[in-house]
Amino acid sequence: MSNIVIKAENISKQYRLGSIGTKTLTNDLKRWMYLMRGKEDPFLKIGEANDRSSKGNSEYVWALKDINFEVNQGDVIGIIGKNGAGKSTLLKILSRVTSPTTGQITVNGRMASLLEVGTGFHPELTGRENVFLNGAIMGMSKSEIKSKFDEIIDFSGVERYIDTPVKRYSSGMYVRLAFAVAAHLEPEILIVDEVLAVGDAEFQKKCLGKMKDVSGQGRTVLFVSHNMGAIQSLCSQSIYLKYGTIQQTGPTDKIINYYLNHELKTDDELSLPFNADIPACVTQLTLLNTEGKKTKTYLSGESLKFEFDIQAQTEGNYQLGIGIASALDVNIYSELSEPVQLKKGENRIQYGNTQVKLAPGNYALTFNLLYNGKSIQYCEKVINFEILEINQEGETYSLNKGAGFLITQGIFKVNN
Amino acid sequence: MSTNNEYTFVIKPKRSLWDVNLRELWQYRDLLMLLVKRDFISVYKQTILGPVWFFIQPLLTTVTFTIIFGMVAKIPTGGIPELLFYLTGITFWNYFSSCLTSTSNTFVTNASVFGKVYFPRLIVPISVVISNLMKLAIQFVLLIVVWGYYLLFTDTIHPQLSLAFMPVILLLFALMGLGFGLIFSAMTTKYRDLSFLIAFGIQLLMYASAVIYPVSVVAPDKQWILFLNPLIPLMEAIKFSFLGEGILDWAYIAYSSVFTILVLVIGVLVFNKVEKGFIDTV
Repeated sequence: MSNIVIKAENISKQYRLGSIGTKTLTNDLKRWMYLMRGKEDPFLKIGEANDRSSKGNSEYVWALKDINFEVNQGDVIGIIGKNGAGKSTLLKILSRVTSPTTGQITVNGRMASLLEVGTGFHPELTGRENVFLNGAIMGMSKSEIKSKFDEIIDFSGVERYIDTPVKRYSSGMYVRLAFAVAAHLEPEILIVDEVLAVGDAEFQKKCLGKMKDVSGQGRTVLFVSHNMGAIQSLCSQSIYLKYGTIQQTGPTDKIINYYLNHELKTDDELSLPFNADIPACVTQLTLLNTEGKKTKTYLSGESLKFEFDIQAQTEGNYQLGIGIASALDVNIYSELSEPVQLKKGENRIQYGNTQVKLAPGNYALTFNLLYNGKSIQYCEKVINFEILEINQEGETYSLNKGAGFLITQGIFKVNN
Repeated sequence: MSTNNEYTFVIKPKRSLWDVNLRELWQYRDLLMLLVKRDFISVYKQTILGPVWFFIQPLLTTVTFTIIFGMVAKIPTGGIPELLFYLTGITFWNYFSSCLTSTSNTFVTNASVFGKVYFPRLIVPISVVISNLMKLAIQFVLLIVVWGYYLLFTDTIHPQLSLAFMPVILLLFALMGLGFGLIFSAMTTKYRDLSFLIAFGIQLLMYASAVIYPVSVVAPDKQWILFLNPLIPLMEAIKFSFLGEGILDWAYIAYSSVFTILVLVIGVLVFNKVEKGFIDTV
């Protein structure tokens, strides 16, 4: 294969936990003595998988272990995984910010990485000066930046402020300018870490569009994000990392499904801590099926039913709002109740909807409790549930990918 | 996999000590100049006096030294007007010490940038040395004015032909400062203890480097001990060339040159070794 642009072989990265102290020095000396005698580094043999939540025995952990993959020219690869799965470490190694403990990566082509936008921006310098500085840090030559300068300013939309020090910029303007520089790098391989999490919706759309352009020109993109929607719309292939090892690679749709099924915990109820500072507080949230039983899955076409237990300290007018979002972070609908009177102590509000029929997939519930029109308890995506592909009649209902989130029965009428 | 692309590279765990990529350094020359510009501009932005501050610092130091070492302690200056004697020493010493101290914390102060993007790390200390050179150029104007005054209106100083070699001496100062700075910067990434040492070490070093006294105050048979300090031949050469008072011995200059090159080579190698993994320890 002549068009492989990145080839990673047995990449591992070991980190030492805890702080650096005298023990570091002793271990360094020990390591040095082993190497001097031509032996293998003794600390490479130890170490544990990088599971942040469980207490380990070793102070050495493997942030990455035996990673192998190949990237062909023009591929747009998404890297997904939970926090601490090793995504950023992998990107850092690829961007040559840190080196792997073992293994090697061969990169064939000009590479630029965007682990952060605006790296090296100096607050005292003007926008113009920072464009040049930032561009040079990213590896562009001065003449290259000059030739693209107008385009960059145009893309950023901060022309008016270009001769003002960037410390006077709003954070949005700052990011816009910084991303504009990065977007005009035109490398053959682009490495992007969730930098799109900033900026307003319009700008995010612009950035995603720009990245699509980049990949459309036959360039290679590696993209890390928690935004499954962005991954799905951009990347054809994905790598799923867990505890520093590759769990799965393959077409993005397949990988995202696998990821959601393995990482997303669906639940049938949720207890929330009582908060005495607010007039009322949702303490318990339960998902119910049509039969009134607790459930974490609904049949396709089945109506949703949620139950909220509310502990109120003050009587008054309350409203409850709920919102449903897909696991890919797309908001599907939300609604707000009419004002209701809650009594002091235990209350229960039930929400049921027979109109909305969600398509098979994973969803998350958001709720918002309002007191006299003011939000007092807002919990975003607190509980996940799944809509199964089987309907109440036992038939399998499957929706084509990308067909949407709702099952509806509109009427098609032929008029001829 | 075709490897004829000029951008092909391999990411490996550890490089050999000698693997210094100078060609890559050249590829990033634009960045070097922009960093120099940044250092220079950002220092006096939002100040009223701007670059004038570069004058004030050596001037005040000189006045202080003239009062303390000249008038109070009465340290001889070999017949040279005290003001000019101290100003000459301080101007060049400041250059050396600022090169050393500001390169010695390269990794610590730039950790946020180094942690996000790759470029040859050596660019940063080199840019620091160059931007310090700009500051020196401004301070040099002050020195020339004072020096010119004494040259024209008094008969106390006698500039020598060796003035022509001053750029070489200056280069040696710069490279020695850079070399030591690189070594210290590499070592402070893991063990911060050294940064404390540098802060007061550089103060002590000034007293050991014939900045505020001429070597001639020491008995001739003991002078070689002073000359073991590789900074002294350079400092003396400057004083001799500008003022006509000092000891210019080419053998000692050669010693300083060899020492400088050695320190620089070690510095570059150590720095290069550390730059790959420092982000995990800094």
